[in-house]
Amino acid sequence: MSRVWNAVPDFFKQSDLRMVGGLLLLVYVVYALVNGFFAIVNNAGAVNAVVNSLASITFLMAVYAMMALALNLHWGYTGLFNIGIAGFMAVGVYASAILVAPPSGSPPGLGLPVPVAIVGGVLIAAIIGGIAALPALQLEADYLAIVTVGFSEIIRLTLQASHFAGTVQNPSASGYNVVSIFGVEFGTGGGQGITTISNSPMEFLFEGESGPTVLGQAVYPAADAIGIPEPVVLDLAYAFFLLLVVVSLYYVLLLRIGNSPFGRVLKAIREDDLVARSLGKDTRGFKIKVFMVGCGLMGLGGILWQGSFGFVNPNTFRPILTFYIFTALIVGGAGSNTGSVVGGAVFAAFLFEGPKLAARLIDAVAQLLFGGLPAPNNFYAAVVTLNPIAWLGYLVENVASLKFVFLGAVIVYLMQNRSDGLLGDRKEIASSVDLSQRPERPSAAADGGEPSDTAPSQGGEGS
Amino acid sequence: MSGDGQPADAEPAATAGPAEANIPDDADVDVEDIDPEAADSSVEEDAKTVPAGLPLRVQNLRKQFGGITAVDGASFEVEEGSLTGLIGPNGAGKSTTFNCITGVHQADGGTVLFQGEDITGRKPHEIANRGLVRTFQIARELEAMTVLENLMLAPRGQVGERMLHSILPGLRGDVVAQETELRDRVWETLEFFEIDHLAEEYAGNLSGGQRKLLELARALMVEPDMLLLDEPFAGVNPSLEEKLLDRIHDLREQGYTFLLVEHDMDLIMENCEHVIVMHQGKVLAEGSAEDIRNNDQVIDAYLGDEI
Amino acid sequence: MGVTEAYREGRDLVVERPAVWLLVLATLYLAVDLAGKLAGVTLTVGGTQLVGGDLAVSTFGRFMKDGLIVGLVVGLAGVGLSMTYSILNFANFAHGDYLTTGAFSGWLAAYVTAFVTLNANVPFGEIFLLNEPALVSIVSTPLAVVVGVVVSAVVTIGSVLLLDRIVYRPMRDKGGISLLIASLGVALALRYVIVIVFSTNTRGLTRTSGVPALDIPAIDGVVPLDAHEVTLVLFAVGLMLGVHLLLQRTKLGKAMRAMADNKDLAQVTGIPTERVVRATWIIGGGLAGVAGFLIVLERGTLNFNLGFRLLLLIFAGVILGGIGSVYGAMGGGIIIGVVSRLSLVWIPSDFARVAAFLVMIVVLLYRPEGLFGGVTTA
Repeated sequence: MSRVWNAVPDFFKQSDLRMVGGLLLLVYVVYALVNGFFAIVNNAGAVNAVVNSLASITFLMAVYAMMALALNLHWGYTGLFNIGIAGFMAVGVYASAILVAPPSGSPPGLGLPVPVAIVGGVLIAAIIGGIAALPALQLEADYLAIVTVGFSEIIRLTLQASHFAGTVQNPSASGYNVVSIFGVEFGTGGGQGITTISNSPMEFLFEGESGPTVLGQAVYPAADAIGIPEPVVLDLAYAFFLLLVVVSLYYVLLLRIGNSPFGRVLKAIREDDLVARSLGKDTRGFKIKVFMVGCGLMGLGGILWQGSFGFVNPNTFRPILTFYIFTALIVGGAGSNTGSVVGGAVFAAFLFEGPKLAARLIDAVAQLLFGGLPAPNNFYAAVVTLNPIAWLGYLVENVASLKFVFLGAVIVYLMQNRSDGLLGDRKEIASSVDLSQRPERPSAAADGGEPSDTAPSQGGEGS
Repeated sequence: MSGDGQPADAEPAATAGPAEANIPDDADVDVEDIDPEAADSSVEEDAKTVPAGLPLRVQNLRKQFGGITAVDGASFEVEEGSLTGLIGPNGAGKSTTFNCITGVHQADGGTVLFQGEDITGRKPHEIANRGLVRTFQIARELEAMTVLENLMLAPRGQVGERMLHSILPGLRGDVVAQETELRDRVWETLEFFEIDHLAEEYAGNLSGGQRKLLELARALMVEPDMLLLDEPFAGVNPSLEEKLLDRIHDLREQGYTFLLVEHDMDLIMENCEHVIVMHQGKVLAEGSAEDIRNNDQVIDAYLGDEI
Repeated sequence: MGVTEAYREGRDLVVERPAVWLLVLATLYLAVDLAGKLAGVTLTVGGTQLVGGDLAVSTFGRFMKDGLIVGLVVGLAGVGLSMTYSILNFANFAHGDYLTTGAFSGWLAAYVTAFVTLNANVPFGEIFLLNEPALVSIVSTPLAVVVGVVVSAVVTIGSVLLLDRIVYRPMRDKGGISLLIASLGVALALRYVIVIVFSTNTRGLTRTSGVPALDIPAIDGVVPLDAHEVTLVLFAVGLMLGVHLLLQRTKLGKAMRAMADNKDLAQVTGIPTERVVRATWIIGGGLAGVAGFLIVLERGTLNFNLGFRLLLLIFAGVILGGIGSVYGAMGGGIIIGVVSRLSLVWIPSDFARVAAFLVMIVVLLYRPEGLFGGVTTA
């Protein structure tokens, strides 16, 4: 891994922005080349295919960067081993979906405007996070892990239960399942899922009530001219909105939290809670705040991610989702904000989507060379052919499963050899000022500025 | 006896401390917490016999772990501006006493008064914020933080510890201004302890002795009235030990009060004007180094053939 | 002083642990309510039903039986998790997938055995992929079941030792969290290797109805106990007894108990720790594999998520029994099994697992040393 790092030109190492920019450039070049190649092999429109793939990879990189940043606040800074991320995302997504759903819908909701629903979703996720923080105050890391994953499963199973689904709305029917609190009626949709706040978040920019807006009138024809259909324009716009606006906001927020006296206390909690308390820091309060803010950010992440597909069901929020986000943070380096962004991008582009891309590439090459790989339809059929090409064909066919084996191996490799990830060993000093700057005084003879001080002895320097 | 007597009795105790004003709410709670009969007599007695300037008073402290009594009714006082030593053989209950004073352990009985205020059962951070700060027997530096960060952590009342102040553009200016001030103090302190050349090292990379210096420096950054040092010289090489002692004497002259737990008899005898000897969870003897040296009980229990 | 103390203690209990008292009250209420329901007595105050209701004794019996059976499996699997937690100092999130490994390998062996003994007219590929429905049962192919149990243990032990060699052993000096994260990776890799071979299909491997059953009479009906359930109980109880004898009677068992209690001490006194670690994996892995096989015998169906879905229940059992305690893991598993089924008396089945997880969280918060007190190991 260090060899790879040494091969990176110095230009990209000089600033974080250049490093992230360089990484994005690399991802885009790889994806453009490979997807362009696929399009040509399949006789499809190359521009559309390339742009489409860039939109989807940008989206994935952005959401994973966002989530890794939120997790970095918990785990990287404060050392809180929260593996219930999926649950807090679910709370954000479901809360916003319920707030926005019309009262007459199935399931019914509160019919609030979208911005209110988003804020509400984030607040509810933060409150649920605050409740989950109570165990964090007294549990060791591995117990906290079990509690948070249990908590996340409780949330998922509750959302899935038909009991609160709100789909049977006749109070006299046997399966009546609308939740009613203080006269406000709503439901979760149960196992069938729920309509989220949006299925095309950028549409309002391009399309008004009566046809395209000014922006739409300018962009749509131009995109169409080079073969990009309207939905792809919307996807691309949203992906870059997430990457450039939302990830930047998360980053700045995390940087400010981290590089401050507040962040310093968090770091101290991670290192040694008792020391922080013995220096007069009320660490319980800090932990609760951090849990709430982190869970709020996770909830918002969920709203902007799964909430943007128009529809979601509880199975989206299985523990595996938490695992993805953890992997992204570990790859980038827990404790480093730039590392979180880099980790999100590397995870999405190379670990999460990479195997799929590689499989398609192998398939396409094979198609060019000898008309395609054999595709045995099960493991037994593949094995009994005794033909390595058929085995390869079977693995390519099952790359979705192979990906998980690969991810598992990557995690094990990282924990064994580089638990700091790519950037976790960087010094990111927790202060709002540059601490290395010494106060300017005539000489460092220093009697400490204290009035009644004796001159310090020139005794031996510490070893 | 009890009804009207209580507040009257609590008053002198609260005013006995030099600095803090009497907070009526706290006084009420304190009196309720302890057995009225016992509280009356002990507080009364203290008020009569003890002159002002006793920041730390430990009365009848008891702590049990399971069936074992670690501290069994220890009582002692620490004079303002003094360097007091607390010694005793292994298992005498010194560290447990320390942990009970600083809120790490909950005492099973007895009272700890700091600046006249009952701090028994308070949480560690509350005690530290009242100006009573401790160091640890095994230096607990924050390894993955630099020496500078370690020291910057300590000061009380940092506005930037409120999250919104650190985040919001309008308020962050205050945080930066305060941190700039603190930074100057941190560098002064580093220079005072002669560890300024290590400022940007990770604390985890320091030697054992340097860690002890760092801990003392960090504790000092809290601006305490009194410092509790738990075996500050354990594992420190002789030249650094001397440096550390020099600093402690300097600070004492500036008016800080020290309570020192130490294993090394000679060190305590040479440096502390007041020595407390603990044995089997009780205070066995108390007095000047000379008194202690000549105390038969102490010799029997602890020193034996060493002297 | 006595007054002060008594007052303080009382205050501590009520102020600091009010939830404990609430829980005690809630548990008592549920017990009274259950008794009322079983007796068919209802106590109504002001129009609201306070306790009681109606619950057939036989229904209650069935809940208890199902709970005990799930609990035996959870307890059996928990032994290994508890031992690795205390001896290797980490929460092994791959433990659930050891059950899955045992289930697939054991059932593959059972199917092959049945294929040979029954002389079945099915393509071998269908046998290998476990696609032929309900080929095996304790009545028609008892040998296949026995072979399955043995193979599930052997293959799981082999896989577990191999994983220890390549994953955990190089990490012995790392912290519990590093190992925990690595175990998440192991869990994922193991599970999807199984998927690559067997696909994500859910298959029915044995009949759940039509198996000869013993009807245990209850007051208002019967509680049926079928041959597969009997088999499960016999194997599970037998293995638990075996573990008990091993821990109490053998030198190795004593060494393991010593290590679980205090690892450093054990190292100083010269117990060969790597040997004990290996024994831990062998016992824990073997029991997990058999547990995976047995739960399928009772449920009839198998898919790749089997173990992972059980993992949190197993954790719950281990925590309930006190981490590090072998008997605690068994007892805790049984309690968790019973709780998850008995909860159906009050809540819809959607929430059975929720109830078990809640019990786990509450125990972690208020009694992290486990229900049976702070006594570690055995």
